[in-house]
Amino acid sequence: MAAPETTPGAARTQLAVAGARAATEGMFTASSRDRARGAVFLALLLFGLAIALTGLAAIFVWTLVRAWPRLDLDLITNGPSTLRPETAGFHTAILGSAYIIAGVIALIVPLGVGAAVYLEEYADNTRWWNRLIELNIQNLAAVPSIVFGILGLGFIVRGPISIGFVPAAASLTIALLVLPTVILAAREAIRAVPPSIREGALALGATPWQAISRQVLPAAAPGILTGVILAVSRAIGEAAPLLLVGAVTFATFDPSYFESGYTTLPTLVFNYATRPQEELRTLAAAGAILMLAFVLVMNSFAIWLRNRFEQRW
Amino acid sequence: MTVSDIAVSSAGAQARRSLEAASPRYGEKAIRAFLFLCAVLSVATTTAIVLSLLLPSISFFEEVSIVEFLTGTRWAPAFADAHFGVLPIVVGSLVIVVVGLLVAVPVGLASAIYLSEYAPRRVRRVVKPSLEMLAGIPTVAIGLFAALYLTPTLQDALPFLPWEGRFSSAVAGVAVGLLIVPLIASVSDDAMRSVPQGLREGAHALGASKLRVSLRVVFPAAISGIVASIVLAMSRAIGETMVVLMAAGAGTRDLTFNPWGSIQTVTAYIGSTATGDIATGTIQYDSIFAAGAVLFVLTFAVNMVAIRLVRRYREVYE
Amino acid sequence: MTEEATKERRPAVEHSDHAVEDGGAGEGHPTISLRTEVRQHETDELREKVFELKELSVSYGDTLAVSGVTMDIFHREITALIGPSGCGKSTVIRCLNRMNDLIPSARVGGGVLYHGQDLYGSKVDPVQVRKLIGMVFQKPNPFPKSIYDNVAFGPRAIGIKGNMDEIVERALHRAALWDEVKDRLKDNAYGLSGGQQQRLCIARCIAVDPDVILMDEPCSALDPISTARIEDLMLELKEQYSIVIVTHNMQQAARTADRTAFLTVVSDEFSGSRTGALVEFDRTETIFSNPSDQRTENYITGRFG
Repeated sequence: MAAPETTPGAARTQLAVAGARAATEGMFTASSRDRARGAVFLALLLFGLAIALTGLAAIFVWTLVRAWPRLDLDLITNGPSTLRPETAGFHTAILGSAYIIAGVIALIVPLGVGAAVYLEEYADNTRWWNRLIELNIQNLAAVPSIVFGILGLGFIVRGPISIGFVPAAASLTIALLVLPTVILAAREAIRAVPPSIREGALALGATPWQAISRQVLPAAAPGILTGVILAVSRAIGEAAPLLLVGAVTFATFDPSYFESGYTTLPTLVFNYATRPQEELRTLAAAGAILMLAFVLVMNSFAIWLRNRFEQRW
Repeated sequence: MTVSDIAVSSAGAQARRSLEAASPRYGEKAIRAFLFLCAVLSVATTTAIVLSLLLPSISFFEEVSIVEFLTGTRWAPAFADAHFGVLPIVVGSLVIVVVGLLVAVPVGLASAIYLSEYAPRRVRRVVKPSLEMLAGIPTVAIGLFAALYLTPTLQDALPFLPWEGRFSSAVAGVAVGLLIVPLIASVSDDAMRSVPQGLREGAHALGASKLRVSLRVVFPAAISGIVASIVLAMSRAIGETMVVLMAAGAGTRDLTFNPWGSIQTVTAYIGSTATGDIATGTIQYDSIFAAGAVLFVLTFAVNMVAIRLVRRYREVYE
Repeated sequence: MTEEATKERRPAVEHSDHAVEDGGAGEGHPTISLRTEVRQHETDELREKVFELKELSVSYGDTLAVSGVTMDIFHREITALIGPSGCGKSTVIRCLNRMNDLIPSARVGGGVLYHGQDLYGSKVDPVQVRKLIGMVFQKPNPFPKSIYDNVAFGPRAIGIKGNMDEIVERALHRAALWDEVKDRLKDNAYGLSGGQQQRLCIARCIAVDPDVILMDEPCSALDPISTARIEDLMLELKEQYSIVIVTHNMQQAARTADRTAFLTVVSDEFSGSRTGALVEFDRTETIFSNPSDQRTENYITGRFG
């Protein structure tokens, strides 16, 4: 089939012709053979889908079963330990992750919404610098997470910012990583607010920022919130960048933003997973369950939010 | 109204009717400046990434020749007898990508065609979010699953295959494949759904079966978007770290295409080396950044292709 | 100034002839060859003018949407702009409160004076302009908030001091909506009917105490009964505000407006482009009973448009 090279109209015609040709080719074959083929095809499709869904289920089920012996309260209240693996837990790691996530949220909400508001409400698309900004956001969304770890190591932990291997550095690194997601979600939410609302506010003598802050952003809030929740849900599981900014130490002390020696849920799971002892591997699975539970809760919350506050304009 | 009435009222109202701004509104300008800075942060981030990759790489290439780097077949920067040929880990990444795509493309496309052309609305509403949940699973959990369950189970179930030890990049590749299925399924599904209904109806009206319509009309029409989804999935697979760290191991130092044993990818190299104790300023330390630069260039190139493809498929219908 | 004076004298007639200029590489917008009938009666010389439009033209990018509009809008009158679609009447009205600024490719040529001040002067603040010149839109666009908050938004944003409850109540009274909503001010505005929503938008506009109210086809999305109510409302509002209304409904103009301007679409023979232009502007009775331009007569008798 020739690729559409000319105008969209010509492309549509080419496709329509191809479609007609394909359809008429089948016009005079036996219908029972066609039905059999159709059934086999559908079976193949469902088989492929089943593989995906089975894989999904297998991950959840196996992790739960493997973690079962250790799904107790010690998991959350006790700190890590290799000497007494039967009672070791993730306490410091949970705190570490919590601190980091709090920092991430504090950064991505103003920066992400701010960038989205600028791009949707103030930026003139014909200017080259605005197009450069959009191109950058698109690119950053596809950069591997470990490269952000390198950014963290070379620029934030060391380099110009140099705050050391501390949770604040991890917050900043992960915030930069998920920022494109937040910006994208916020832009869509803002774009969904009809221009008539903006016009109505401006026509009353409100300044552009008043129109945005008092009408557009409140109307876009559910969509923005959903984006933030999904970003947080992703942030909790990002281990690769954390490996590079200092979250692998087997920390037994509670974390603090600007003190080094902290650990996080994903890195501690990784740590336990690589050890030979069975109990520690079980512990790793239990930690994975904690993360899966968190992700499930966040995603469900986001879906509920979207359904509850979906504004039909 | 008399003349005098007009005169009086117009005088009084004159002040109220001034069109100049009541106050200079510095607040508005400050806010706009802040918002602009938020947006510019993206450019600053990219610049920072490039700089943090570039500067150590420059000092790396002062000691290692680019030719050896790009063509050498042994990657052993931390050893006394150090070698700096990057091909082994690049090939390692490619092996994972190939295995991953072998799994993800059929499964993803099958799911996409089903969702787009066959699934009733209620099924779609449950299945599509479930697939997307697969994308939301933390990769550590998937790596754990691959290393502790998938590898031993597959090794026991298929003993005739030439497994080598407890690490297997083939299994890691399968796990990565599972992880990228939602990317292919979602984007391809969107691409196929944006094919105008009129094309389908026209073919049906001529007597084509659903199989024919899906494969010979809708699929080719959405091909740009579908290929874009595969390219995006490739990029994601190249950049995956945790799963390969946990299931594919540290690899051998030499170039190999053998997927049955341990292979190290570029990402795994970065991840495992950075967590070790390496002094800054040494060539081993700089090798992390050189590897990172290779990774960045690879994914950047792949992403450019994907973006161009997505743009093309949007042009045809929008 | 007495009634007798106007009856005795024949009205002075101004004709303006615009020369054809081939669209050159110059700065200004090329004008269209047209004879515009703008009649001003002598009494009008002493009436206060709210707007004076002088050769107003608007282009969007390369397209000249409307050109050569010269007319005056008088204080505390209802002025209607009528004409077929594409004649630029909405474009013209949007110039009066600088809403065309929101469209990046729009360029305004000629001038608009507001009480003698240049509306497009370099020191003029569009936000200030819109506080004085309000607008009601074709499709009612209440905010997704309560009725109370809709009306209170303007005063709060502008910083009008005073008892907000009173301000809201007064505005809703003046918009003839108070009785219908006084018991449900906290309800969401989207629960109101179309006609009620439009009156809410009018109340919202009034709440900031403007000088002028612009109405861009305010009744086109409404049923005849709501339309009639809004027309009655307009006649009441005229006592306090100057009103400019765009309408595609001639009868509405005939019923409510003191003066009417008729615009039409002019096709350029050479380029095939279509531009809006002002044909005739006069008191409403004259436009509808004794128009001086044949095109006006064709339009109002239904022969085209």
